[in-house]
Amino acid sequence: MHKFDTKVQHLKYKVLREVARHAWNDTLMENVMDIPKAIVPGKVPTMRCCVYKERAILGERVKLAMGGGNSDNIIQVIDIACDDCPAVGYQVTESCRGCLAHRCEDVCKRGAISFDHKHEAHIDKTKCVECGMCAKVCPYSAIVNRKRPCQNACKIKAISINEDNAAKIDDEKCIQCGACVYQCPFGAISDKSFIINVIDMLKRSQDNSKYKVYALVAPAIGSQMNYVKLGQVITGIKKLGFYTVVEVALGGDMVAQTESRELVEKGFLTSSCCPAFVRYVKTAFPALAPYISHNMSPMATLAKYIKEHEENVKIVFIGPCTAKKAEVQLDSVKPYVDAAITFEELQALFDSRDIDLTTLEEATLDNASYFGRIFARSGGLSDAVAEALKEQQLDEFELKACTCDGIEECKAALMRKSRNALDANFIEGMACISGCIGGAGNLTHGEKNKAAVDQYGHEALEKTIADAVSMLK
Amino acid sequence: MKITVCIGSSCHIKGSRPVVEQLQALIAENDLGDRIELGGTFCMGKCQQGVCVTVDGALFSVSPESVKEFFEKQVKAKLA
Repeated sequence: MHKFDTKVQHLKYKVLREVARHAWNDTLMENVMDIPKAIVPGKVPTMRCCVYKERAILGERVKLAMGGGNSDNIIQVIDIACDDCPAVGYQVTESCRGCLAHRCEDVCKRGAISFDHKHEAHIDKTKCVECGMCAKVCPYSAIVNRKRPCQNACKIKAISINEDNAAKIDDEKCIQCGACVYQCPFGAISDKSFIINVIDMLKRSQDNSKYKVYALVAPAIGSQMNYVKLGQVITGIKKLGFYTVVEVALGGDMVAQTESRELVEKGFLTSSCCPAFVRYVKTAFPALAPYISHNMSPMATLAKYIKEHEENVKIVFIGPCTAKKAEVQLDSVKPYVDAAITFEELQALFDSRDIDLTTLEEATLDNASYFGRIFARSGGLSDAVAEALKEQQLDEFELKACTCDGIEECKAALMRKSRNALDANFIEGMACISGCIGGAGNLTHGEKNKAAVDQYGHEALEKTIADAVSMLK
Repeated sequence: MKITVCIGSSCHIKGSRPVVEQLQALIAENDLGDRIELGGTFCMGKCQQGVCVTVDGALFSVSPESVKEFFEKQVKAKLA
C-alpha cells in the first residue's frame, strides 16, 4: 500500500484507481455499477453497518470520481456517508470529579457554569459562547469540545447542518480549499475528480501526435511520493502518456518578477497565487478585491505562456490543491489549462496503469529557480517577491509582508486591512496551513514537508529568478 | 530564419540558458536581429541529444562549448 495519511484517502484512491482502469480500457460505462462490489466484496462489513451501505456510499464516490455529483461545487457532501456527528459544542464529561477549585466557573466570563448536588459542573448552553476557556483550565481535561470535524476544519464557516442532521456546504461561501475533505473522519465530504477527462485527453492525443499534452507539476511535488526519487515520478508521468513535464515553479518565478513590479507601482497588494484565498477575498471582503494582484496564478501564467508560444498543446495541472479544480473553470483561466488533478489522483493513475515508480529510470525536472520552488510553502512567495525586488534594483521599496499561514490568518489580516489597521504592504494569502504542502490533494502531510520543499528548492540549477525567467521571451 | 532552442528540463540542465545567451549575443554582434527569429520550446522529444536546437526545422545537438561553431556553420554561413 502506498503511503496515505488516512484510510479515508486510501478508500478514495481505490475508487479513483478502479474508475481510471476502466476508463483506460473503455469499459467504464458497462462496469460502473460493479465498482463498489469490486472494492467491497463478500458479506462482512468493515466500515459501516452492512456491505450494502458501504457499496451505496462507494457508488456516490464513483460518481464524484467521474466528475459528477449533485451540484457544481468541486467540494461535495456525500449525505449517506455523513455520520451526523454530535455538534453540541463544549460539554462536561464524566471525568468531572466535582473538585473544590472550580477553575471552570472562575474563568467563565458568561457565568455559564453551575454545579449539581455532586458538585459536578454543567454548562448552560443559553449563556455559553463556546470560547473554550473552561476546557483549557480544567485540570482533569473533563470538558471537551464536541464539534463536527468538518465544521472545525472550515474556518470560514461555510458548513452547517441540514434538516436531516447531515453536513451541508454553503456553495456561495465555500472556497474549495478542501480542509473538510481531509478532516472528515468518515470521508463524507469529497472533491470531484476529472481523471477521466485527462485519460480521454491522453488517449485522443494518440501518443501526442494529434496534439501534445503537457503536465504542469506544482512545486509541492518536492514533498510528495518520497518513497521514490522525484525523477522517477517524472518518468512515471511521461509513461502515462504526457508529452513533457514542466514545473509550475517557473510560473512562480514569472509571477514573482511581475508581482514585485506591480507592488512598487501600486503600493499595496494581496497575492493571487492561491485560488481559495482569491475567492475568499472576492466573496467575503469584496471591498478589498481591487487590491488582489492582477497577475494570474503561477499555474495560469505558465500555461498561458506555453499556449501562446506552442501550437496544438493541451495542459493538465497536477498539484496538491482542490481549489485549482475550480480555478481552471474560471473564464479567465479556462483557455489555458484544460484540466486539474491532485497528487492523490496522480497516484491512482499510476496504479491504474500498473506503473511501479520504484523500477523506473530517473528523468529530469528543472525549469525554475529556488524561489519559484518555495512558493509551495508558507512564506516562500514573500521571500520570492523580496528577491525579485532586489534583483530588479527596486529595493528602495520597503517590502512589509504579512505572511498569512492558513485561511484564519488570512481572515485576520483582511479584517485589519479593512479597518486600515494593517502594518504591511503585501498580504501573502495561503488558505491551507503551511501553504500548498498542506493542501487537501496531497498524499501525505507532515512536519518534514517544508524541509523537503526547501531541499527541492536548493537543488534547482538556477539560483536567481532573473536567470530562470531569462529563458522565456 | 527561425532558430528554436529547447528549454525543457533535460536541455536546461545541459546548458540551454548559456546557449540562448550566446546565440542572442552572436545575433546582435552580427547584426542579424531582423533576419533571425529566436525562440524556445519545452521539449523536442529528443532529450538524449540536448541541447536541442532547430534551424528552420532541422535538428542540431548544441552545447555551450560548440554554440559558436554551430552559429558560424549553420546560421551565418547559410545567411551569407
